Amino acid sequence: MAEPRVVVVGAGPAGMRACAALAEAGLRPVLVDEAARPGGRIYQQPPDGAGRPARELYGLEAAKATRIHALAPALAGRIDHRAETLAWNCFADALDLLGPGGPSRVEFDALVLATGATDLALPFPGWTLPGVYALGGAQIALKAQGCAIGRRVAFLGAGPLLPLVACQYLEAGVAVAAVLDATPFLAKLRGLPRMLSAPATLAKGMLYVARLRRAGVPMFFDVRRPRVEGRGRVERLRFEAGGVEREVACDALGASFGLRSETQLADLAGCRFEFDPRTRQHVPARDAAGRSSRRHVYVAGDGAGIGGADAAELAGERAALALLEDLGLSFDANRAAWLEGSLARLDVFRRGLEAAYPFPEHMVRDLDDATMLCRCEGIAAGALREAAIAKDAGEVNRAKAFTRVGMGRCQGRMCGRAAAEVLAMARGEALGQAGRLRAQPPVKPIPMLPGLLS
Amino acid sequence: MSAPVFDVAIIGGGTAGCAAALALRQRGMSVVLLEKGACGAMASGTNFGGVRRQGRDFREMPLATRSRALWDRLPAVVGEDCEFRATGHIKLARDEAEMAELERYAREARDHGLELSVVGGNAVRALYPWLGPKVAGASLCADDGQANPRLVAPAYARAARAAGAEIREFAKVESARWTGSLFEVDAGPASARARRLVNVAGLWGGEVAGWFGEGVPIRPLCPNMVVTEPLPYFIDRSIGVCGGNVYARQVERGNVIFGGGRGWGDAQAGLSRPRADVARDAMARALEILPQLRDARIIRTWTGFDGEMPDEIPVIGPSLSTPGLVHAFGFSGHGFQLGPAMGEILAELVADGRTPSPVEPFSIGRFASAPPAPRLT
Repeated sequence: MAEPRVVVVGAGPAGMRACAALAEAGLRPVLVDEAARPGGRIYQQPPDGAGRPARELYGLEAAKATRIHALAPALAGRIDHRAETLAWNCFADALDLLGPGGPSRVEFDALVLATGATDLALPFPGWTLPGVYALGGAQIALKAQGCAIGRRVAFLGAGPLLPLVACQYLEAGVAVAAVLDATPFLAKLRGLPRMLSAPATLAKGMLYVARLRRAGVPMFFDVRRPRVEGRGRVERLRFEAGGVEREVACDALGASFGLRSETQLADLAGCRFEFDPRTRQHVPARDAAGRSSRRHVYVAGDGAGIGGADAAELAGERAALALLEDLGLSFDANRAAWLEGSLARLDVFRRGLEAAYPFPEHMVRDLDDATMLCRCEGIAAGALREAAIAKDAGEVNRAKAFTRVGMGRCQGRMCGRAAAEVLAMARGEALGQAGRLRAQPPVKPIPMLPGLLS
Repeated sequence: MSAPVFDVAIIGGGTAGCAAALALRQRGMSVVLLEKGACGAMASGTNFGGVRRQGRDFREMPLATRSRALWDRLPAVVGEDCEFRATGHIKLARDEAEMAELERYAREARDHGLELSVVGGNAVRALYPWLGPKVAGASLCADDGQANPRLVAPAYARAARAAGAEIREFAKVESARWTGSLFEVDAGPASARARRLVNVAGLWGGEVAGWFGEGVPIRPLCPNMVVTEPLPYFIDRSIGVCGGNVYARQVERGNVIFGGGRGWGDAQAGLSRPRADVARDAMARALEILPQLRDARIIRTWTGFDGEMPDEIPVIGPSLSTPGLVHAFGFSGHGFQLGPAMGEILAELVADGRTPSPVEPFSIGRFASAPPAPRLT
């Protein structure tokens, strides 16, 4: 048998661990990643030469980040790393790529999709003002670019990233104006029993909160009706907490409400999707090893459902072992079983975390018709609701056809989830009914001209 | 109690089917429409959006002229304009031979009531300074235009439903037969019986015709479409070229939509996908005529299924095998403009047994010796 052509998309924790396992088995996978250097978003590296120590960049996760980064030189010559390369289409058994050398196509016998996640954005008044960033964006500005999003920054969110990013800003010397949790404090207690399954991780989370408290950062829970105000850019944030109207002066806001998986390539690859009520999104159907419904296509990490960086490492390796098994190559079955057991244990913690940060449905309920929902096309929530009801758009693709929601530059990557939430609530139907925006190539915008140079 | 017998059952929720449902209701007939997916999701919704008479086979011209009048009336008929704009359509020549083709077509078009204005060389550049240097001439049909294909069939479907038609979406018709007194249409829980049957099932129309012993050589046509991010508005006409290997328009929002070539489609599986290599060829051709697209970014590509006949004109007219059955399918990539008129024409054929529009050239009889079209999912 000719050497199987294996492609891994994504050089985050899942993709790197998959590559390591594949290389270990003697394969030479092609690794496609948009960034210049491996690490993914979670362990994103600064541009060459920025030279800040890992401890400063990744805090308590520095050792893990360093281990993932160290895989690249360790695997040099054993993987074909295509850096700064976008996989913009998957059709049949090939990916269309766009990299520094122009467009190319890579064929595969087996494919591992470790495409990661982005912040989950939800609209609220003023969310499109300059100075509002996603929490993940605020974090990347800090760790990859060494800059803060503002001088006096407020943070708003509904997930574990909220105290973490706020803490990182604090340690970087930025004034943290307030930390606003859109979920109730009581939820943290509800999540506690399950989170005790990973005491070290839980302790880290509590440490972040303690640091913020010690520094005197105002913290609010069950924050409602946030709105950003300012002339041309962020000047203040108004919100309700405990039934009291409050105001925080700030020049930037980091805000997002959880994570959403990047699933477009799995969709284009023809994988079957299913609705995951825990993360309120449609994800590629997969078995415990990461096999998708399509033969020889595997999904791992946050791109296959939200599990976090530690789970991503395990899932990437597990998917690689499944790939080896399915190609009839030798693999370590004991290791595979251990990985699945570890993933199951991490999932207990994850469920606790999800209970601690439940989805803030009030953000959808309180969203007024005039607030813009789709930034690219400038479509307000009211237009979507009108399509959902008056025009009987029962799912998001229909609403997209009628209103252009999700039809712009981001192709719904940023607004698609919010659109599904708004549509389902407007129709009084289960969220799963609202569906998901079908992926259409290119996954991200591609220029006209480079496509013509080949 | 048995299920009601409708006056008319319609298979297919494209523009023609939805417009026919509305027109039949306006004549007081009871109507059920069965659509395998959502109305307007196939060829009616995924096409380029050209509303054009220029360049048509002259046999289609009376139908297209009738339809053109209806496009102006959309707000009155369906409650919205579906972004129809009479921007005019220019067809471009890229060399002398194509220029001669434009002039010849314009001469003949006059006999069919279509006034075109053909200009060459410097006049083209004066009128359309945004066209590339390769353009040798242009033929303008000033009252052609463009519309948003995603809106038209659903708007007709809503209007038909409001008028009392029963529109059953996600109702895949598995088979249909004539019992000698009525049509039985099998679609699981959406099954229906009717005295008349309209086959407007697009690519799937061939299979429906086959159930009644009428074979047609229909094939899938998947136009490969591309759209850019929004750009400052500069293309104030809809554009085609001789030979048709690229076409473009800019919507008011600013996006430039262009197409050319064929995508991939597996009609048996009901799957279609745009092709990257075909899109790249279309980009090259689009840049020749619209050099300002140099720095544009592509945000989406798509395709969908239409049915294409070997002579590139549709099948329209009564079945020759079964009384009460009327066909209209196989619009071969240029049915969008005809949709509104097809609604009226089908209603006339069903209710009156005849139409003032000349549909004889489109008779299914021209394929009398063809084998039945294959079964599609």
